[in-house]
Amino acid sequence: MNGVHDMGGMHGFGPVTPEANEPVFHAPWEGRVLALRRAAGAWRRWNIDAGRHTIETLPPAEYLRLSYYEKWFESTIKLVLGAGLVTQRELETGCRDPAVPVATPPLTADKVLPAIMAGGPTLREISATPRFAAGQAVRARDINPVGHTRLPRYVRGRRGTIECDHGAHVFPDSNAKFEGENPQYLYTVRFAARELWGEAANPADAVYLDLWEDYLDAV
Amino acid sequence: MAHDHAHEHDPHDHDHGQAMPETALRVKALESLLVEKGLVDPAALDAIVDAYENRIGPRNGARIVARAWTDPDYKARLMKDATAAIAEFGYSGAQGEHMVVVENTPAVHNLVVCTLCSCYPWPVLGLPPVWYKSSAYRSRAVIDPRGVLRDFGLSLPDDVAVRVWDSTAEIRYLVLPERPAGTEGLGTEALADLVTRDAMVGTAKVAGP
Repeated sequence: MNGVHDMGGMHGFGPVTPEANEPVFHAPWEGRVLALRRAAGAWRRWNIDAGRHTIETLPPAEYLRLSYYEKWFESTIKLVLGAGLVTQRELETGCRDPAVPVATPPLTADKVLPAIMAGGPTLREISATPRFAAGQAVRARDINPVGHTRLPRYVRGRRGTIECDHGAHVFPDSNAKFEGENPQYLYTVRFAARELWGEAANPADAVYLDLWEDYLDAV
Repeated sequence: MAHDHAHEHDPHDHDHGQAMPETALRVKALESLLVEKGLVDPAALDAIVDAYENRIGPRNGARIVARAWTDPDYKARLMKDATAAIAEFGYSGAQGEHMVVVENTPAVHNLVVCTLCSCYPWPVLGLPPVWYKSSAYRSRAVIDPRGVLRDFGLSLPDDVAVRVWDSTAEIRYLVLPERPAGTEGLGTEALADLVTRDAMVGTAKVAGP
């Protein structure tokens, strides 16, 4: 979707202001949000792409106003409601529906580190061969899907060069809609800074993106 | 009243996590509900927080860098298959399932960003700092990387090529910084002490001892 989250190349947000000796969490609730999202995610009722899309679909002004962990919290509420893990009434009252039996959590403390270490690899085996080869010229498609996509606006319609392929990976555009993993080849594509930003850019500079086959056309 | 006080924070403070108290209360309420329903184990929540506060952080990445500086065979493995070479140290998994290392040289400077969200190589760097997640960094890193580097106090000559890596898929990037002069006699732990998180994202160079 052409959301405010797709902010590569925008102006007006001011300088980057690093914080000296920044703590991992600025308040305990931030860590709890991270943990709640991961522990609730162990029910496997959603995937990483659907999770990202719930953040992108926050109202644009909210998206910009909320901190990172506030966005995660709001999207976690949407996810647990959408998955039917909790009801709106339970959220509003803070009390569980006594008609629903108490569940057994899939993620227990002893499983946390193994689960983190395993992660969620997105590489898949497919029988197709890659459509593009290193060094080949490509153009990012000029598409405007209303759902989740990982093709940023700032490269759409621009020419790049295939740097390498990473094998076939889960395709976020379909996975976010629970329409299947649709694994396809993923490529690192090099775009010259001048192709993206015009003649004022340094001719030596480039931006590299990881783009799926469905995002690309041969030139 | 605490509620009113929270609204006195300006948006800048807010971006740095000074949340309104009601956010903390709402998070607590959701946690209580999920625990009461048996959906999450509170001990698992503690273990997740502990992992990212105490176990998984930029020291992991610094050890990788120090090893690559001192062991040419390791560096060759790291550049060829970073995921496997990083796993030799026991670092793997969530948000680092598929790793690529990009090397800074006198002619090339690499910078990592995620313009669409805040993807970051957690197993080697831990959770991202606020600036990495900020709209300012995400918007400008691709269009004005040299200006962003100047925000960090790093001015690059025009003839050094800047390569920006926008983490649009599940590939995660770690910058292998240049080894500073004057470190010839140092061991890997002393070298790792010099390697900063920012140098491994590409917003800084590693300073000598």
